[in-house]
Amino acid sequence: MANVALRNVRKAYPNGFEAIKGVEFEVEDGQFCVLVGPSGCGKSTLLRMVAGLETITGGDIDIGGRIVNQVEPADRDIAMVFQNYALYPHMSVYNNMAYGLRNRGMAKDAIETRVQEAARILELNALLDRKPGQLSGGQRQRVAMGRAIVRQPKVFLFDEPLSNLDAKLRIAMRVEIRKLQRRLNTTSIYVTHDQLEAMTLADVLVVMNGGRVEQIGNPLELYEKPATTFVATFIGAPPMNLMSLTDSDIRLPSGAADAGIVGVRPEDFHLSNGSLPEGGLAVELTVEAIERVGAETYIYGMRAQKTGATAISAKPGELPPGEVLVRIPGQSAPAIGARIRAVAARDKLHVFSADGRQRIAP
Amino acid sequence: MVEHRRFGNLLPHIVLLIGVAIVAFPVYLAVIGSTHNDVVISNGQMPLYPGSHGIETYWKTIVSGTGKTTREPVGSMLISSLIMAVGIAVGKIAISIISAYAVVFFSFPFRMTTFWIIFVTLMLPVEVRIFPTYKIASDLHLLDSYSGLILPLIASATATLLFRQFFMTIPKELVEASKMDGAGPIRFFFDTLLPLSMTNIAALFVILFIYGWNQYLWPLLITTRDDMQTIVIGIKKIIDVKDALTEWSVAMATAVLAMLPPVAVVVLMQRLFVKGLIETEK
Repeated sequence: MANVALRNVRKAYPNGFEAIKGVEFEVEDGQFCVLVGPSGCGKSTLLRMVAGLETITGGDIDIGGRIVNQVEPADRDIAMVFQNYALYPHMSVYNNMAYGLRNRGMAKDAIETRVQEAARILELNALLDRKPGQLSGGQRQRVAMGRAIVRQPKVFLFDEPLSNLDAKLRIAMRVEIRKLQRRLNTTSIYVTHDQLEAMTLADVLVVMNGGRVEQIGNPLELYEKPATTFVATFIGAPPMNLMSLTDSDIRLPSGAADAGIVGVRPEDFHLSNGSLPEGGLAVELTVEAIERVGAETYIYGMRAQKTGATAISAKPGELPPGEVLVRIPGQSAPAIGARIRAVAARDKLHVFSADGRQRIAP
Repeated sequence: MVEHRRFGNLLPHIVLLIGVAIVAFPVYLAVIGSTHNDVVISNGQMPLYPGSHGIETYWKTIVSGTGKTTREPVGSMLISSLIMAVGIAVGKIAISIISAYAVVFFSFPFRMTTFWIIFVTLMLPVEVRIFPTYKIASDLHLLDSYSGLILPLIASATATLLFRQFFMTIPKELVEASKMDGAGPIRFFFDTLLPLSMTNIAALFVILFIYGWNQYLWPLLITTRDDMQTIVIGIKKIIDVKDALTEWSVAMATAVLAMLPPVAVVVLMQRLFVKGLIETEK
């Protein structure tokens, strides 16, 4: 059991590329920390630095009060679950789990006890004699977890462990991982690019972008109060609508002086032709597409663009400029081509500075 | 593609059967020849059915030899050949797997240069460098010894290349998982890499054993002692008789005996051999 602290951690490659540009956060003992971000944001590199598989070129990594910058991976008292599981193909499930313990010179019967215990927790008892090649994806995943837990390490590291599974199994394993972590109460760091996985697993969510931490906090806190437009669009699916305040059709009644962007989550809109609530926002939309998913309906509407309107450039996974996504409950929706008015209350507005790097209100 | 053309299938089969006959007939002739006595063979009217001297000929060949030419029974030649072929195959595998391990999994200065130097030696088989190699072997007093037969032949660029290609398909996470499990480079090599390379090793062993078994020029140069003759050289000596009747039956028997070990190796290791060439267990 231990806490993990990263202090101004940096990673620069010999060719000058800076993958991690000074990351600082702390994971308390027993907490489940999730690093999330788009591919190439440095989250995996950071995890591998904690694991000792990548060198640290600046700052300190502290595991349980010991600075481990120069410590070999095997001596850091950590265990890692890899994306492709990295099971030893020629060893039985039992030996896969026992290998690390044998290398540490543990007594045979102690190994037996630990492996059997792990197998019981993960329901692998019937599979102990099989080779990884004879297992299904979910079973391999469990063996990889078993290999980590038999070590009884201070920290578990997970590198996108569910991304090789199909959607249904991924959800099942996600719950299993969370339950297991609660039960063992081991500090964990988990890397994923899936924001849903991140939201559901994390005690502490660290959103990364371009080698930096964008925001750290409780998942719901990040959802409700994203610090930057990056976090706003990354956390929550579908992403938050971002609209430039320089557009002539959008005005904030009580806008701060340097406010530049207003964001509204699709679920915070409702369709109304009534009067605008105090300080709220209304947008006129032409319906372009409708998606019905049963319990709710998504309306893709195009904002009437007036002259000189500047749209916020769309990133992959975001809406194209001028398009606004509205989520309404139920299955009834306006017809395509209809004009609608989407309204959001004042307390549902997220106001950011023009460069999107700073949250201004609320 | 499903085809049901009767004559379309017939022609390829005929061609293949002719091919098989061309390869198999001389072998058959050697086997038949080894069962007749020398007079029958030498008068040019050797029948195409087995004779009655088979057991006698093979016994003579293996145990006592021809006396006149090789002064050594073929049995001991077989042993010499076996030592050389196994030595070369094992030596080549051992050296190349270690060098491939170094080139793939470790980063050291001039790593790729090293690899290319190894690669370039593909162009320098023994035949090309035979005089300098002989000089070195002679200076190191390796003449007339098994070390002399084996050592100069065991550096292998082909095997290194093959192992390198295989090692590069091993996911780096496996190396990292080993590191996490507290296995150092030597443990990783023996516990993980070697077991995973088993099919490749088997495939290479087959190829290299046959390569070693068929060596002619190098053993001819490096050994002069009768008791170190390899069987391939023995065949040549048995046939090459001056002013006397060639002991054709013994020559044929020797040829048949020389074929048996490579055939045995191929048959025994065929499944591993094919597996090693076409798939990698992962």
